[in-house]
Amino acid sequence: MTVRVEHIVKRFGSSSEVAAVADVSFAAEPKAITTLLGPSGSGKSTLLRLIAGLETPDAGRVFIDGQDVTTLSPQHRNVGFVFQSYALFRHMSVAENIAFGMKIRRLPKSQVAERVAELLGLVQLPDYGARFPSQLSGGQRQRVALARALAIEPKLLLLDEPFGALDTQVRLELREWLHSLHERTGITTLLVTHDQEEALELSQHVVLLNHGRVAQAGSPHELYDHPADEFVASFLGGANVLKSRVSDGEAKVGSQSVPAPSGARDGTPVQAFVRPHNIRVRLPNGDNPIDLGKIERLTRVGGYVKVYVSLPTGESVTVLMSKVEVDKLQVEPGDAVAVDVVDAKVFVQSYSI
Amino acid sequence: MSFALRTRHSVLPGFGLALGFTVLYLSLIVLIPLSAAFIKTASMSWEAFWSTVTAPRVLASFQLSFGAALIAALINAFFGLIVAWVLVRYRFSGKKLIDAMVDLPFALPTAVAGIALTTVYAEHGVIGEQLAKIGVKVAFTPLGVTMALTFIGIPFVVRTVQPVLEEIDPDVEEAAAVLGATRLQTFRRVIFPAILPATLTGFALAFARALGEYGSVVFISGNMPMRTEITPLLIVTKLEQYDYAGATAIAAVMLSASFGMLLLVNLLERWTRRAEA
Repeated sequence: MTVRVEHIVKRFGSSSEVAAVADVSFAAEPKAITTLLGPSGSGKSTLLRLIAGLETPDAGRVFIDGQDVTTLSPQHRNVGFVFQSYALFRHMSVAENIAFGMKIRRLPKSQVAERVAELLGLVQLPDYGARFPSQLSGGQRQRVALARALAIEPKLLLLDEPFGALDTQVRLELREWLHSLHERTGITTLLVTHDQEEALELSQHVVLLNHGRVAQAGSPHELYDHPADEFVASFLGGANVLKSRVSDGEAKVGSQSVPAPSGARDGTPVQAFVRPHNIRVRLPNGDNPIDLGKIERLTRVGGYVKVYVSLPTGESVTVLMSKVEVDKLQVEPGDAVAVDVVDAKVFVQSYSI
Repeated sequence: MSFALRTRHSVLPGFGLALGFTVLYLSLIVLIPLSAAFIKTASMSWEAFWSTVTAPRVLASFQLSFGAALIAALINAFFGLIVAWVLVRYRFSGKKLIDAMVDLPFALPTAVAGIALTTVYAEHGVIGEQLAKIGVKVAFTPLGVTMALTFIGIPFVVRTVQPVLEEIDPDVEEAAAVLGATRLQTFRRVIFPAILPATLTGFALAFARALGEYGSVVFISGNMPMRTEITPLLIVTKLEQYDYAGATAIAAVMLSASFGMLLLVNLLERWTRRAEA
């Protein structure tokens, strides 16, 4: 039950155009949820559609369960696919929607009815079989779409931004629900999303894509704690970017010195990525006044406070602190504060941007 | 303290005014002239009415008019679907031209269409000559009548189906494909049910239009009593003979029959739309 793609290339339009997917290889772990994460235009949806057979690659191979399915039509790949737009058949009832794939496979009626009832229970819509999609909420529709995809007992479940069209509340509920559903079914799942929180929460394995290439693949915590490059560092966790220069094998980031990337000579400009929770703000305590920052704005988000601080270098950073900490400091916008950097990742500055 | 509103305000204002206008408009243009036909008919005795509308010549015209209109509407439903499909699904040069051509039967004076069709399909016409060789006569036969009625009904199905087809989410077809459905199965089970209500609407419109058509038919039909005489022509003939009651009697029967059929098609259409409630 594994899925593997090797050196997949897909171009849209003329061959001179930039490839939507450029030489991507990865393998999804069996029975796990693997996330294809990336900003819009990173090729993540195209990659999913290539695996489903809805697009044909220009080069490369797709393997499902060890079998080369590169030239196999979507009808014969036996995968479940869930679209962001739900893509339900609106003239069919919920039960008919779920039964569709089984009817195509000419399963006996009694078996179809039994499985439909079972799936309606699984997606927690046991009494909705006779309704039509237009009578359901977005979250319910997406659960029906999921039941329909699962009805054909696919080897692989492909979810293309399944919660993208739902409001936050429903999205969080469905995320939880999908997690428990996966625990029960154990089906190998590929999830496409641009929502890093969704990726970090739901999946055991993340493939982070950028411009049609794999930026980094690994466990969520690997990507978060050991970003391979500046894209990964800035995409995950909304890091602050600070400029610095290497001196004596170290780069000074705020109040702290961080080891510079190996091979970086003195004077090399570097970028430091500092996560909002890796910066601490405190009251000045004998600090040199020219090292102090100024609080620009405080935004309270539930139990957390986002503190926007402008640094003496002219750069500004976002700091995430607990409400308790901020209340203790009793700071107001305009106050001078000391800014301590707890942890930072330093990369040699790229000139591409 | 509360202020109770005497009337409930809708976000869309002017309901009363708009409805009043609708009723007035329909009354002036549709209801009053049509009921005049029924009132005039009522001046006849029942026996006179019955003998008028069951006269062999009248029955023959009913058969031709309803039969040809039905066949023409069916042909238009089938080919209209294909034209709409081609116009929505494919990109090709000249598409805009074909799209514009669909509306021509609306714009053309029907008499012009009738004369043109007759010229081409008459025994010595460009196409008629070829057809005559294999023994097919179009002009001055029921076939010619059907052809003229098909011509004037072309736009209806195309124009009702086209927007619905355009609205079908490609995701839905892909979902069907991933679930194992072939192209044909996807069309039969997913696309066709989605466009069926619009097709029925187009069919009903084409049928209604064909039933009342006069201008294009009178040239190609030859107007032979009992053979190629359509009901609208018979009505005109009666009027020319100052038989107003007879003309309205036939019109009343035709009106009732077409109203009944349109109602039936509408009910059917509504039934196919039940899922969109």
